[in-house]
Order: sequence, then C-alpha cells, then structure tokens
Amino acid sequence: MRFAGRTVGWSVGLVAVLCAVVTTSAGIGPVWIPPGVVGKVLLNAVVVPTGISVSGPAVDVTTAHVFSYAVSDLQTQIVMQVRLPRILLGAVVGFSLAAAGTIMQGIFRNPMADPSIIGVSSGAAVGAVGFIVAPVVIPFGLGLRGAAFVGALVAAFGVYLIATRNGRTPVATLLLAGVAIQTFLGAVVSFLLLHSGESIRRALYWLMGHLKGASWPEVTSSVVLVAIPFVVLLAYARDLNVMLLGEEDAQSLGIEVERTKRVLLALSAVITAAGVAVAGIVGFVGLIVPHVMRLLVGPDHRILLPTAALAGASFLVATDTLARSGSAEVPVGIVTAVLGAPFFLYLLRKREVHEL
Amino acid sequence: MSEQPAADDTNPGQDRTGPMLDVSDLAVSFGGQSVVSGVDFSVDRGSLVGLVGPNGAGKTTVLRTIKGTLDPDIGTVRVDGEPIHRKSAKAVSRLVASTPQGTALSFDFSVRQTVEMGRTPHLGRFDRMDEADRRAVETAMERASVTQFADRPFTSLSGGERQRVLLARALAQETPVLLLDEPTASLDINHAVRTLELVRALVDDGKTAVAAIHDLNLAARYCDELVLLAGGGIRAAGRPADVLTSDTLGDAFDAETLVTTQPGTDAPLVTPLPEQESVARRVHVVGTGKPAAAAVSKLVGAGCRVSIGVVPAGDMAAERAADLDCEAVTVPAFAGIDDPARQHAVDLASAADAVVVAGETGDGNSTVLEAGNARLAVETDESAPASNARDTVPLTALPAAVASLPSAEERDATRLPAQSTTD
Repeated sequence: MRFAGRTVGWSVGLVAVLCAVVTTSAGIGPVWIPPGVVGKVLLNAVVVPTGISVSGPAVDVTTAHVFSYAVSDLQTQIVMQVRLPRILLGAVVGFSLAAAGTIMQGIFRNPMADPSIIGVSSGAAVGAVGFIVAPVVIPFGLGLRGAAFVGALVAAFGVYLIATRNGRTPVATLLLAGVAIQTFLGAVVSFLLLHSGESIRRALYWLMGHLKGASWPEVTSSVVLVAIPFVVLLAYARDLNVMLLGEEDAQSLGIEVERTKRVLLALSAVITAAGVAVAGIVGFVGLIVPHVMRLLVGPDHRILLPTAALAGASFLVATDTLARSGSAEVPVGIVTAVLGAPFFLYLLRKREVHEL
Repeated sequence: MSEQPAADDTNPGQDRTGPMLDVSDLAVSFGGQSVVSGVDFSVDRGSLVGLVGPNGAGKTTVLRTIKGTLDPDIGTVRVDGEPIHRKSAKAVSRLVASTPQGTALSFDFSVRQTVEMGRTPHLGRFDRMDEADRRAVETAMERASVTQFADRPFTSLSGGERQRVLLARALAQETPVLLLDEPTASLDINHAVRTLELVRALVDDGKTAVAAIHDLNLAARYCDELVLLAGGGIRAAGRPADVLTSDTLGDAFDAETLVTTQPGTDAPLVTPLPEQESVARRVHVVGTGKPAAAAVSKLVGAGCRVSIGVVPAGDMAAERAADLDCEAVTVPAFAGIDDPARQHAVDLASAADAVVVAGETGDGNSTVLEAGNARLAVETDESAPASNARDTVPLTALPAAVASLPSAEERDATRLPAQSTTD
C-alpha cells in the first residue's frame, strides 16, 4: 500500500508539474499571454458529454462547455491553434522517448542504453530523408511522418531478426547488431543528403529534431500510438524488474524471458517510432530522463516507468519552449543535447557508473 | 538414490510417494559439444544431494537443466513425477527454486525488493502482493537471517550476505525443490558452514535440495548423498563415504588424495596431496599417538604399503591405520604386549623395506625395532625418539627418506650370508 501510494504521489506531482509547464509555455512567444489567461482559455476548452443520440449508423455525442471565461478571440486562437498543438506534441514525444529509454535500459541492463539503440532513429531518418529527397520512391502514399514511422519499425525489426537465432535474442548481440545497423543507415542518410540538392535544408532540419508546424491531427494520432503500447508496458513493469536480475534468474522466477523481451522491444520500438516520426531525432531525452528519475524514485519500474515518462513530457515541453522563444528558432534536438550532455557528464562525475 | 517411498509428513497435501526429483538418462550438449550424458539420479523428499566433481564436469549444466534453463538432448527431469521440460517457466518456477552463483543485479534494489521478486511465480500480471505473499517474504527473510538489512541496497552487501539474500529469494518462491549452485563459493569458512547449516535445516524441515558444492569435505558433511560427476557423466553416487574414496577421487580429479574420517562424524575427510613420485615401498611403523598417525598418513599418501605395531587398540595411530586399510598389530589398551602380537609385528618389520619410528614406541617394541634393518625416525616436538634410530628426518621428508633406502630385496641380496648365519 505504501508503495502504491508513492507511485500515485509521484505521478500526481509530475502531472501537476506538466500542467504548470504547459500553461506557462503556452503563454510564451511573440505575443506574451499571462498564465492566468492561458488557464482560462484551457478551461474554456474543457467539455463534458451531456448525451448520446444514436440515429442509424451515426452516433451523436452532444457536449457542453463547463466554463465560459471572458477571453479575447485572438488570445484563444493563439493558444488553441498555434501553441497548444506544438506543446502537446512535445509532451507526447518527450513522454514516449523517456518511456522507451527506461524500457531499453532495463532490457539491456545498461544505463547507457537509449531508445534508438536498436536502430529506430536511424531507420526513421532514412525514411524521412528518403521522402524529402526522393518522394517518388516512397510507396503507399505515405507522408513524411508515415515514411519515418515505417522506416523506424523496419530498421528495429531488421535488427531484431539479425540478432535472433533459434528463438533466442541475446541482448549483447542485439546491441552490436543495433550499432552496426545504425552505422549502415547513417551512411545511407549521408548518401541521400549528398544527392538532396535543394531539399538538403529541410532534410537537415528534420534530422536535428524539431516540433515546428504541429497540428491537432498529429497530436491525436501520436497520442493513440503512444498511449496503447504504454499501458501494456506498465503491465510488464514487474517482469522488467525481474529481468534486471539477469535472464537466467528471471526465467527461474517464472518469466518467459524471450517472449517478454520480444513484447518489450516491439512496444518500445512503436513508441519511439511514434515520437521520432513527428519530431525527428531528439537526443538525450531517452537517456537522461530515466537516469534522473532512477536517482529520485529508485529502480522499480512500476514507479520508474510512469514517472520517467511524465518527467520526459515536461522536459521536452520546457526545452522546446526555449528552442522557439529566441529571436530565431533553433531545432529542439540542439537544445536537449546542449542542456542534456553537460548534465549527464555531471551525473557521471558525481556517481560512478558501476556496471555497463 | 533409493526408491523407497518416504514417510511424508513434512509436505502436507502431497500424497505422492517416490522421489521428489528424478533425473533420468540426461544428456546435455552446449554448442554442439556434449557436456554430460547418462546422468541418472533421483533425490528423495527431504534429502540433500550434493553434486561434486572437478571444474568443467558439468555440475552447473546439470543444475541448469533441472531448472529448465537448458533443454536436454535426451532424458527427462521429473519433479514430483511430472516432467518439467514441457511446462511453462511459471509452472516450473513454482516447483523448483534456485540460487545462482552470483547475480548481475546492476540497479539498486533493496534486499526486501529482491526477496519480493521471489513471489513472481505466484503473482498474475495484474496481481498485487497480498497478505500471504508478504508473509512468505518475511518468513523467507527471517529464515535466511537477512531481516536486519531488509531496507539496505542489495549491492551494498558482502558476498556472504548476498548469498543469503538470494537464498531468501529462493525460499520466498515456496517450492518443494531447491537448487543451489556453489552456495559456499567465495564464502569464508564461517559463512560457508552457516550457509550449509541453514540449508541442512531447511532440508530437515522437508525441502528437497540439490547443491553443487566445490568443497568435498563440506559436501560430505552436510549432504545425505553425493553424485560425483567427472568425464561427462556420473563417476560415483551414493553415501558420501562410498563416493569419496581415494580410487574414485583419483579417477575423477586426477589427483592423489588421502581419505580419512572427519572428527566427530562418520563423514569422510578428503586431503589432497601434492603430486609426487609414488614410493612403492613396504614400511613398518612403530609408535603411537599423533606422530605415528601422521607418519602413516604421509606414507600411505606417498604410495607406500604401510603396517604398524604393536599399538594399543584405540590409539589414534591404530585408528588411522584402520581408516587407511593398513595392517595394524594391536593389543588391548594397558594390557601389555603378548608374544603372538610381538611375533606378528616382528615378521612385518623384518619383511618391510624400512622401519619408521614415530612418537612413543613403548618398551615392549624393542624386539620389533631390532627386527627391521633399515630404521628411520620422525622428528617430533617431544624428546628425541628412540636412540637406536639410524636417521632422524622431518615428517615432510619421510617419503623421500624411505625412497632413498635400499629395498628389502636389494638389501637381502647383499646381506644374505649374514642373515643366514643368524637364523
């Protein structure tokens, strides 16, 4: 009970932090809107369903607004249509990267693991840059984000297949196969860039990671893509704890090790791909956020996974606010790396990494 | 390894009889290379079987196969009559718990969290630990005496403490069968004994346990039966005294050993001997007490055929000689040496290549001493031994000194005329 209380306490606290960060961030930009006004705009947007009417195949849900504060239309427009989609998308991406990083560090029992360790980011890069440079080769009418998403999953699945023999996937093999595939795909991206001509700027911008031009439909689809796997991952949190004992111990404690690894890898690949596809390559969130939260709440994934994900959301919203609030916008991937790397080095110096 | 049905009041609810663990005709290979084959043994309910054998004999492989980590090429492992290799990991983990040699825990779980992981086999994906689970964890921690550091990080513990936490984790699984892989490796003698005392107590309370143990003497002392693995199969199995003999150990370990009895028990005591040239001589020892016993051990270890006498029955030297299958001429204690005994000893001494004096000989043995032609004395802490000894050597140099003497045949060849006149 004490444990469940701790999980709920941390989660509620971090949700509150996230709300505060989102509200503040929505006020920051070329037009400054005070947090109080932003709060009113957000509350005005809250709706509750009041009734459902079914007529033939159509289901009508009637809703009603709960609040009606007086706010200017311009301010509502700026918050709801310009800033909020980008902020929420940032929250979803940060959430997904931190969650996937936590899972990867657990599977690999290695604090240096990050979400892209099995080639997800590199695959997404090939998909995205390929689409930008030569849109004609991408089949099925996939857009840039679809191409990146598919590329990410194909790369991750390829790494998994290469590392698997006789139904077993040793994590060491998986790690090395991931490194090799990342290098290979890196070369493919370089080659594509070399022949990108006019579109090189767009391609580079994508590679650096940014949240510019986010829209509501993107927010909705990435929330769905992240939320469902995440709930399943939460159900596997205890198994992941036991996996930290080593695979042989885990098996003798009743964990179907190979099946569990497959499920965890697949779900975290989907989550990472969903994040990377909309935001490009945003480094360090998946590496340092799980680390910091492990120092704060301990290694138990039942509390670490939700708290790391929520902290990742706040972290990316905050860094993206920094990225867009300067006189010229910089890709958020640069901001996370500039802030993340020194902090990570500080952690390294302060606490030895005992095992790799 | 007997098949007799055990009276089973320690495992209520389990009315099956027959062995709790049955390993039949197991063959396991690793990367195409056969590690063990023909491994066949069973473990009765409430008994402790030790797997012993040289490095690389497959002790760990056998344990890993029993717990289902490795699939055997052929053969089956049955727990309580049920073959385990068709069961799910979860089902097996409710039957067999194991403690690993070490653990790769690289994140800082507390001791309690580590032990709680032992409940995993009993929890569904969405279950929380209930009262019964918590009780099992507490009981396991108490049993393994790790309660006092329940809230400390596992990684902050010493080797012995970690081993006990891993044991507690296995106990929290509440399985009938417990497997221990080198539970005493890297433990000092105090912690090794305490760990095995605990295992013994658990087994006496009804657990069935198999332990791979490196230390033959600890294995002999705590296990009901031993299985000696060597050369890819079972070299010997049965009661420790039957398994740990110089012969089987010589075969299995390719080492010279001296097997005596552990003080205070009937468990065998194995003393490894340095590799040395075998001294194939017949030696008669005259003397009593510890010095004579030590001389007998040393000479037997060096390959000599040893006889001793006359010694009082019950003397340490007489018992050691009996342990090592040496001929001993004994007389009842305090009875004095009678003529038949003296004559027997004289015969042995005169047939021997050398007579060795060690410790107090007693007055009645002077004839025996004179009968032998080549005499050596062993240095002792006490006063100088019999004055008529030709040479006094330290115990460690005794085999070499014996080897340097001419054998009885060479001696007889040169002294035959002289001997014939005395006869």
